[in-house]
Amino acid sequence: MSDINIAIKGVKDGLLITLDEEAEWGAVTADLASRLDEKSAFFAGASVTLDLGERPVAKDQMSGVKALLERRGMLLHAVTSASMTSLDAASALDLRAHNLAAVEPEPEQPAFGSELPYNSEEDGMIGVLIRRTLRSGKTVTSRGHVVILGDVNPGSEIVAVGDVIVWGKLRGRVHAGCEGDEQAVVCALDMQPTQLRIAGYIAISPSDKRRKPKPETALIRDRQIVVDEWTG
Amino acid sequence: MGVNAGAAASTPQPPKRSATGAKVVTITSGKGGVGKTTTTANIGVALARINQRVVLIDADIGLRNLDIVMGLENRIVYDLVDVIEGRCKLRQAMIKHKQLPELYLIPAAQTRDKSAVSPADMIKIADQLRPEVDFIIIDCPAGIERGFRNAVAPADEVLIVTNPEISAVRDADRIIGLLEAENKGPAHLVLNRVKPEMIRKGEMLSPEDVTDILAIKLIGIVPEDETVVSASNSGTPLAFLDNSRAGTAYRNIARRLMGEQVPFMQLDDNTGFRKRIARLFGSGQNS
Repeated sequence: MSDINIAIKGVKDGLLITLDEEAEWGAVTADLASRLDEKSAFFAGASVTLDLGERPVAKDQMSGVKALLERRGMLLHAVTSASMTSLDAASALDLRAHNLAAVEPEPEQPAFGSELPYNSEEDGMIGVLIRRTLRSGKTVTSRGHVVILGDVNPGSEIVAVGDVIVWGKLRGRVHAGCEGDEQAVVCALDMQPTQLRIAGYIAISPSDKRRKPKPETALIRDRQIVVDEWTG
Repeated sequence: MGVNAGAAASTPQPPKRSATGAKVVTITSGKGGVGKTTTTANIGVALARINQRVVLIDADIGLRNLDIVMGLENRIVYDLVDVIEGRCKLRQAMIKHKQLPELYLIPAAQTRDKSAVSPADMIKIADQLRPEVDFIIIDCPAGIERGFRNAVAPADEVLIVTNPEISAVRDADRIIGLLEAENKGPAHLVLNRVKPEMIRKGEMLSPEDVTDILAIKLIGIVPEDETVVSASNSGTPLAFLDNSRAGTAYRNIARRLMGEQVPFMQLDDNTGFRKRIARLFGSGQNS
């Protein structure tokens, strides 16, 4: 059992489980089950991203792992793989499918120079910077944070696993922490989104026409979305 | 009433003709019914009245209108699709206007659809016309599909027509985004059907509200004018009428297209429009 490679790692929005690419599938799942059972209380309630590497995993195998996790109180919500078979299986089960082949080859490494020191807070979450106005009909989705240098016009949409920062007017739809991160925030110089979501919470802007634009931050406090003046 | 800013347009000017070939201007909007065809017709007439050689092209294949607004419906023999499919020469499809001898219309085909024309066809036709005229003005169909792509393909400059209402502005924003993606910018904005009285009461988006969202330059503000309807029906665009405020607004747009600096008309002056409204509703508190 010791030659089966399974890595379980805590990431910002839950657990990242990397499964052995070579070993026989049945042995891998059995090993995973026993590994999880060792710390079942610790893992319960976690949201899981499964990294399958190159291995092609069929839909019934995938739903097997999903059930295995669910029996231990864990929710499989995303699959990372370089195999189209695995990605299609994930999509068929309504899971988020991240194509490893399309993203950077080593997602665990930061994109910038490895000699740069980084701490755990900076590790793991990537971001996208967009230096223009998002106009109606445009959608931006990111596995990390989204920063817009420009306006976000009504009719456009941003969906991010992490935070959303708008250096301009926010008037479109925005969803931060779309995979359930309730710590996610939305910041804007002028906060007037058509609809604002953080994790599973939804808010709409009050229709106060006489408001003065000021930098604000939206976040979850006491199980609801609140908007504070941006203090940094 | 207000002919102030437009007076210069009606006085004869020395012809300023392009030596380098025509400028292709596409009039688009995204949303239907905001006044693209009216704008095309009026800018065409206004340019022709200041001695420009102008060809209008109706790119709304299958739903042609520009010929009606121009009063040229009964003169159509060949259309745009006939030219593209080689059934006639380009010259044969150009209908000369009744009063303005240097204003031409190439009508759309009525029995076909957008797929009968490709962006490459439009570029080819525009390139053929460029040496002959000063302005080629293309009336774009509503929507963001094939017809839109056909109409903007040859454009040197794009004018986006919108109304001061949220749905029209939203669609204009989408169009600007699509144009930016094709490097067709910067587009200019024509704000059509503006009612100063409603803006004053806060019931209608003001030009500032609209440009705040769209962040592009205005090239014209056209007040709502009910004579637009009768002008369209009679095939005599308002730009012919020197005492029409909407007509003056269109003539100003034409002059701005020529590179002239023309101040925007005062919308809520007491001399014309607003005074009449004020009278209708029992004046006093309105002024």
